[in-house]
Amino acid sequence: MKVLTANRLSDGIAVWYADGGWAETVGHADIAHDKAAEDRLEAIGAAAAANNEVVDVNLIDVTVINGVVEPVRLREKIRAAGPTIRTDIGKQASPAPARAA
Amino acid sequence: MYRYDEFDHDFVKARVAEFSDQVQRRLAGEITEDQFRPLRLMNGVYLQLHAYMLRIAVPYGTLNSRQLRMLGHIARKYDKGYGHFTTRQNIQFNWPALSDIPAILADLASVEMHAIQTSGNCIRNVTADHFAGAAADEVADPRPYAEILRQWSSVHPEFSYLPRKFKIAVTGAERDRAAIQTHDIGLHLKKNAAGELGFAVYVGGGQGRTPMVARKIRDFLPEAELLSYCTAILRVYNLYGRRDNKFKARIKILVHETGVEEITRQIEAEWQELKDAELKLPEADIQAINAYFAPPALPDRPEGDAPVKQARLDSKSFSEWLDQNVVTHRHPDYAAVTISLKGIGEVPGDATDSQMEAVADIAEKYAFDELRVSHEQNLILPHVARADLKAVYDALVEIGLATANSNLISDIISCPGLDYCALATARSIPVAQEISRRFASLERQREIGELKLKISGCINACGHHHVGHIGILGVEKKGTELYQVTLGGSADENTSVGEIIGPGFSSEEVTDAIEQIVETYLGLRLNPDERFIDAYRRVGPAPFKEALYAGETKAA
Repeated sequence: MKVLTANRLSDGIAVWYADGGWAETVGHADIAHDKAAEDRLEAIGAAAAANNEVVDVNLIDVTVINGVVEPVRLREKIRAAGPTIRTDIGKQASPAPARAA
Repeated sequence: MYRYDEFDHDFVKARVAEFSDQVQRRLAGEITEDQFRPLRLMNGVYLQLHAYMLRIAVPYGTLNSRQLRMLGHIARKYDKGYGHFTTRQNIQFNWPALSDIPAILADLASVEMHAIQTSGNCIRNVTADHFAGAAADEVADPRPYAEILRQWSSVHPEFSYLPRKFKIAVTGAERDRAAIQTHDIGLHLKKNAAGELGFAVYVGGGQGRTPMVARKIRDFLPEAELLSYCTAILRVYNLYGRRDNKFKARIKILVHETGVEEITRQIEAEWQELKDAELKLPEADIQAINAYFAPPALPDRPEGDAPVKQARLDSKSFSEWLDQNVVTHRHPDYAAVTISLKGIGEVPGDATDSQMEAVADIAEKYAFDELRVSHEQNLILPHVARADLKAVYDALVEIGLATANSNLISDIISCPGLDYCALATARSIPVAQEISRRFASLERQREIGELKLKISGCINACGHHHVGHIGILGVEKKGTELYQVTLGGSADENTSVGEIIGPGFSSEEVTDAIEQIVETYLGLRLNPDERFIDAYRRVGPAPFKEALYAGETKAA
């Protein structure tokens, strides 16, 4: 299972492709369950990069827990939540927290 | 301290305008990321895990209060209320929007600061002893020479696209506090028998995946030949440095593969073509730059001894802070103060906007408006009258920056690690925090004595783990963080690279392992004056291996 992630060009904030746009949280990102879906996400990412919406586009491994997408690797968990040493900042500080590690 | 001249002002202003235009064109989609990336890197803008990161140069670590106040302003207005002082005497902001960076650079330019050459394959910020101009053991202030190198290396057309980045450090004392032997070029400012100033020149030091201690290629280079000789070194490197392999592209690999004798011969041959020509520094120019660094007039303040003695008796914590964070100044009525950015359990090197402003106020009021950033990620007040030490201490207590741990085990160097850095393979700050908490007792820390503990979150070694008395390297293994421990590293005048002590430790185990190492040292040292590094050099790794792994059949 993979989702598409990138950083937004204007402010560098980590974003995930969801529902036809770029969401600031990973929880409801569009999931690719097979190679064809991965290819489709990759094409979307390449187009968004070419269109100067986002930079550093990547497909990342995820799992789904209680209907919410969670990255597999620690690096991506931290990108999705914020620094583990400052839980008062980053995405985890928002009302719907997603805490890494 | 150094003040911009007309050329500097115009140059930085022009660069701000140029990069602002490049940012606007990028945001408008007129240039691609591939075109923009090298431009943003030349201006200190990285992309990290959560956002962009802006690395601002603090040339040779020297700041005045106006500049530090501006850094506090930037932290508050454009970032999340804090900044991170780095092991290269710079400061990084972790959250700036690309669209705000032109405004940040304009604010910086208004206080004679910039982010030029804080990234890219060029000559980076030249670093220096953080006690420069104040240290009692100094032959001469190394910063004028660092400034000469800065002027020479800024947008140097020949050296802007080197095989890899290039770092120069300068010290003016026998006791090396600038870690010069871990730099591409290390310069030790000294006097010869005739009393003339010059440099011992070291080449090819570095950390990263292939740590190397620099080799001395010249015992005495006359000061006037500083630029001709550095040009000769850079020319040889630029010509023969390995551009085919990023991991072998630093000058340390060239020195190693070529052999120090042969590369010295090449450099000297190149230098013969350059010396006594236009790169020879005119005495008048050296004097002019030196004048910028003229120390503040330090009036005699002999009244300091009695109040310091009394305050020592009144306050144990002040007394401990004096012992630990205050060092001898060349003027007997003064002292140099280390402001620890390593509060117990805090993030090494981080300071909040209001702390930066408060420290700026202290520097203005008590320290002749001078500040330094140390490569050990602390701030320094280089000139404080002993009579004012208690007032400075009280002001630092108020802002939570009076931790008396300079050079102790909780004075940890740590890179940002996987909490921020896109290159990191493991977190480093939480490890630093846990070790700091474990050794929170100052009494215990002081019993242990000087111990340099350094942590990196990847093999690039920004946290200097190779040269920590105890070094910790975080790697990713089978999806989890694993911490490799090295012992016996050192970054002073007796620089050495630490040796891996054995199999790594999980994040849950690593603090216990460090404690085990420390307890082993305490058990075997000859006396309390034998520092950890001296004891390790005497006994070697065996007792530590035994303590850590005896009876275990742990997989590597």
